[in-house]
Amino acid sequence: MMFLLAQAPISPPPTELPPESIATPNVEFAGIAPEVMLGVAALVIVALLALSQRWPRLSAATFWIALGGVGAATVLLAGAWSDVTTFGAYETLSGMVAVDGFALFLKALVLVATALGLLVAQGYLRREDLDAGAYHALLLLSASGMLMMASANDLIVVFLALEVLSIALYVLAAFHRGKAESEEAGIKYFVLGAFSSAVFLYGVAFVYGATGTTALTGIAQHLATTTLIDNSGLLVGISLLLVGLGFKVAAVPFHMWTPDVYEGAPTPVTAFMAAGAKVAGFAALLRVLQSGLGLYRVDWEPLVFALAAATLVVGSVLAIVQTNVKRMLAYSSISHAGFILVGVQAGTDDGVAASLAYLFAYTFIVLGTFAVVTVLAQRGDTGHELSDYRGLARRQPFVAAAFAFFLLAQAGIPLTSGFVAKLAVFRAGVNDEQYALVILAVLVAVVAAFVYLRLLVVTYLSDEDEPEASTSARVDLASKTALLTCAAFTLAVGVVPNLLLHYADRANLLF
Amino acid sequence: MSVDTQYYLIVAAILFTVGATGVLVRRNALVMFMCVELMLNAVNLTFVTFARALDDIGGQVFVFFVLVVAAAEVVVGLAIIVAIFRKRQGATADDLNLLKG
Repeated sequence: MMFLLAQAPISPPPTELPPESIATPNVEFAGIAPEVMLGVAALVIVALLALSQRWPRLSAATFWIALGGVGAATVLLAGAWSDVTTFGAYETLSGMVAVDGFALFLKALVLVATALGLLVAQGYLRREDLDAGAYHALLLLSASGMLMMASANDLIVVFLALEVLSIALYVLAAFHRGKAESEEAGIKYFVLGAFSSAVFLYGVAFVYGATGTTALTGIAQHLATTTLIDNSGLLVGISLLLVGLGFKVAAVPFHMWTPDVYEGAPTPVTAFMAAGAKVAGFAALLRVLQSGLGLYRVDWEPLVFALAAATLVVGSVLAIVQTNVKRMLAYSSISHAGFILVGVQAGTDDGVAASLAYLFAYTFIVLGTFAVVTVLAQRGDTGHELSDYRGLARRQPFVAAAFAFFLLAQAGIPLTSGFVAKLAVFRAGVNDEQYALVILAVLVAVVAAFVYLRLLVVTYLSDEDEPEASTSARVDLASKTALLTCAAFTLAVGVVPNLLLHYADRANLLF
Repeated sequence: MSVDTQYYLIVAAILFTVGATGVLVRRNALVMFMCVELMLNAVNLTFVTFARALDDIGGQVFVFFVLVVAAAEVVVGLAIIVAIFRKRQGATADDLNLLKG
């Protein structure tokens, strides 16, 4: 009792308390407000869907409620950011949730991905005649899990956030009910996702067994103050955690699900998944490795090195041989994960900042690219073969120009954010004297550039006598907004890198 | 009678291995799903063992979280499986061959 009261200085002295009262932990609601906001918006949408059986016009409002929820969460996030910059980072809910620059930076990225995921899907849901309200609710629930993941400071919370984000994504992957590929993507994602969660959990169990706690700060403290007689359990735990999180960020050799799920899932879901789930996965990976297991860096660094090298090579080499654009982009997103892992592997503050910068650039680029793919698809979510993109520049000059811009950004051409991000990651690697990995990454960047050039060539330089592959699709206003936002950020960061690097440098883990 | 801690851990490890092998080897979606549950229960056993060995309630509380999450996963997983196999004949992974991973 005395111990609990010592943490809450405002409460009255112990003599005035009735003996059976229990001091409640101090909860700073401002720290978890964005997650709660998204959850509430999702529940409101579900309630509306129930009512819309009677009043069908209500179902048109779900998009605006979802967008409003994301907007409100952004405002709350801005408040938390100004708190953290003035008063410093803090932990709340008994240290389970960390509110620091790192978490808030990644939360902002997740909110951006959510808003763009909502916008991109508008035209798609109408074209495919799908239940828009359910899509919006599931997207928000998944996003709230991603937000939680960014500030999870306890392995229990990491696991719960992982499940909240994944379970909604399993349903979203299988969302296109009329399409067998979508259902197949859903079941594959589900089985492999559940498998990887179980592996992650087994890792948590071992770390708990070795250190006696699941709190990341507690683990770090325990490792700093005690010398373990036998650390084999902890090492097993660390490698199992890496396997579990490797699945989520699609690192080779745990990437098998990625091409299938990215190809089969509805394209807006693929866009959201590629951006949001990767951001959340790397958030957990960085925080667990840096803040929980920072002292065991010597042990996890070789493992991350191997993951990074394999991911870089396999991702970009296999992207070359694909003939389906969605699969090609799936492999390219795997190779992007490899670049981010170079920053993770550097393991310094510099490396964390570089990873954050890369994730920022990647979010906008990948959402923009998949937005183009969504817009170009035919009814039934088909038309993703490379041959369908033949002569695109003649049929749709503006969409083709946007596509070309995003592909160049993926390749890392100067004046795009992709270049800035790659440079930041390479610099972090060089500063940490990981020359071999950086050289490999540079070579891989060249190979990957070939993939994007191949797509560009198909889009721009195809024979005049090719039959017009399809009628040109109209681009709806929401998709246009999403495309322009992505392009604007990609260009702005490319031209003025400090817009991004300034914030990424300040968004370190704070203790 | 008292049993050494490590025997519980060994049983859990065996269960986990059986489950993991099952997911990777079996072709029936429902059986793969049951194997995932087996893995989760092996983890639960590990948690309870460590909680007793460390004399810490945290691990036992964690088990409740795992149980709840596993239940939520069952709901979603079975729904997807039913949605797929309403249209098809059997529930084997070999029939899921549209996407060539």
